[in-house]
Amino acid sequence: MSNEVENPTRRRVLVGASLVVGGVGGVSALTPFVASWNPSAKARAAGAPVKADISKLEPGGQVIVAWRGKPVWIVRRTAEALANLAVLDNSLADPDSAKSKQPKYVPGNAARALRDEVVVMIGLCTHLGCSPTYRPEVVPTDFDANWQGGFYCPCHGSTFDLSGRVYKGKPAPTNLEIPPHFYESDTIILIGEDGGNA
Amino acid sequence: MGVGNPNRAKAESGIVRWIDDRFPLTQMWQDHMSKYYASRTLNFWYVFGVLALLVLVNQILTGIWLTMSYEPSAEGAFASVEYIMRDVEMGWIIRYMHSSGASAFFIVVYLHMFRGLMYGSYQKPRELIWLFGMAIYLALMAEGFFGYLLPWGQMSYWGAQVILSLAGAIPVVGEDLVQWIRGDYLISGITLNRFFSLHVIALPMVIIGLVVLHILALHDVGSNNPDGIEIDQNKDENGVPVDGVAFWPYHVIKDLVAVGVFLTVFCLVIFFFPEGGGYFIEKPNYEPANSLKTPEHIAPVWYFTPYYSMLRAITFPLFGLDAKFLGVITMGGAIAILFVMPWLDRSPVKSMRYKGWMSRLWLGIFVVSFVILGYLGTLATTEGRTMVAQLCTALYFLYFILMPFYTRMEVTKPVPARVV
Repeated sequence: MSNEVENPTRRRVLVGASLVVGGVGGVSALTPFVASWNPSAKARAAGAPVKADISKLEPGGQVIVAWRGKPVWIVRRTAEALANLAVLDNSLADPDSAKSKQPKYVPGNAARALRDEVVVMIGLCTHLGCSPTYRPEVVPTDFDANWQGGFYCPCHGSTFDLSGRVYKGKPAPTNLEIPPHFYESDTIILIGEDGGNA
Repeated sequence: MGVGNPNRAKAESGIVRWIDDRFPLTQMWQDHMSKYYASRTLNFWYVFGVLALLVLVNQILTGIWLTMSYEPSAEGAFASVEYIMRDVEMGWIIRYMHSSGASAFFIVVYLHMFRGLMYGSYQKPRELIWLFGMAIYLALMAEGFFGYLLPWGQMSYWGAQVILSLAGAIPVVGEDLVQWIRGDYLISGITLNRFFSLHVIALPMVIIGLVVLHILALHDVGSNNPDGIEIDQNKDENGVPVDGVAFWPYHVIKDLVAVGVFLTVFCLVIFFFPEGGGYFIEKPNYEPANSLKTPEHIAPVWYFTPYYSMLRAITFPLFGLDAKFLGVITMGGAIAILFVMPWLDRSPVKSMRYKGWMSRLWLGIFVVSFVILGYLGTLATTEGRTMVAQLCTALYFLYFILMPFYTRMEVTKPVPARVV
């Protein structure tokens, strides 16, 4: 068999076309492998909204519910703590939550809540996703001599006030995220849905 | 009857001859063992390659056995590890061989890499050996990361949460990417299952393939030596390097001594310190994963801590990028820069023995910085520690960035014609 090619242009076009079609086919064949890594229908269904009953939540108390497996905190703040929040503005990175994730219907003020005293937040640090600890007491701590109460992340030392607003100069870039939620009744909060608020 | 390649080495007769006519058995044995010559001056530092291979075999063997009793599900994983430790006959020793083996792997690999830096084993013509080696290192880190999630303890869970969140720092696509990797809104049994698959099938195959390439490339150009002199420049009348000694039996027997010493230490660890003081198996990992509560203090396993320190050291925004993303870039860059090592070293000599004082000083600074970063990575941060970490991160990078300059500027010693 001779290696001489009778019509080299024709040969080149055929080889090129085969490569392109084969390449497109090969890449397309990756689709099922990539797609199967997305959350499955079962995982998405498990991400349905959850209800939280706050009737037994006392001032200064915190309850943790799991929504999509993430810790969601519901904190009822005392009157003093609420009054104290606005004073902190200067030491916070994003006091008005302009850069932070929260639904539009949640006010971007110091309280960050549909009802001032009860705040609902996703309890995962916006830095690398650890769950900060609740440190409500106003006492000097080893991480802040002038601690006004809030949340402390044990992983990389980010601190947040009682509205989940991050302090300046900490690794976390934004305030704690507020999930979509609404009051189904006076004492029942539904987390994961806007309830017509949006 | 012409069977096989007539030019290759063949046995005279018998069963081996029958095979040689159909498969290059004798030729391969000679190429890689009985006629593979390495310098007679190979010292202590040259045993870690063989030891890494030994640990790889240990990990594969114990890994296969662990898989027989392990259950990759969020509900069953933690309990199945307890089952292996308590109920499976001798299961504890197989698990400790595997968990201590992971740390041993990184110890020997770090020493193996240091040897390469010291004697210039990455220099021409060994650049590809270095690149394959770095790819192995990268795959090994991924293997360690995926494997650490499998016991499904608190540290498994939150360690994976932190490391996966790193990808979330990538602008625009980050969050979706993390969700795609997890396959869920958080790390769940779904994540555990795919990490299990990657840990026991995909990455081991990649690592074995890369090790084969690493060794083939090495056996093609020959081993370096503490003098950084090419021994095949001086051959006798039979074409055998004058200063070379055959790998089989001479280097193999020497390596067996190292294997003996290594196994003694390894057994001591498995029998008496299997948790490595909380460094090989961290204490929070004796508590099942809880997605609602982070342990008081979390730190990655020791072999990741130098890079983890660098990540935490970046606490300031720069060039319009936020600190979190910059930290991720720094961490990635610290590993990536190792790949270009062969092209940063412009020295006319390979070995530290003949390089100038600047190369020695910088290698020392590099090693000390890496160790300090590793130590800091196991601790909680304070302002002072962060400053030390920032300094060490800067020195780590300066070692590489300044290398093209100091290796060219410094006065080197003359290299003898033969190894000493």
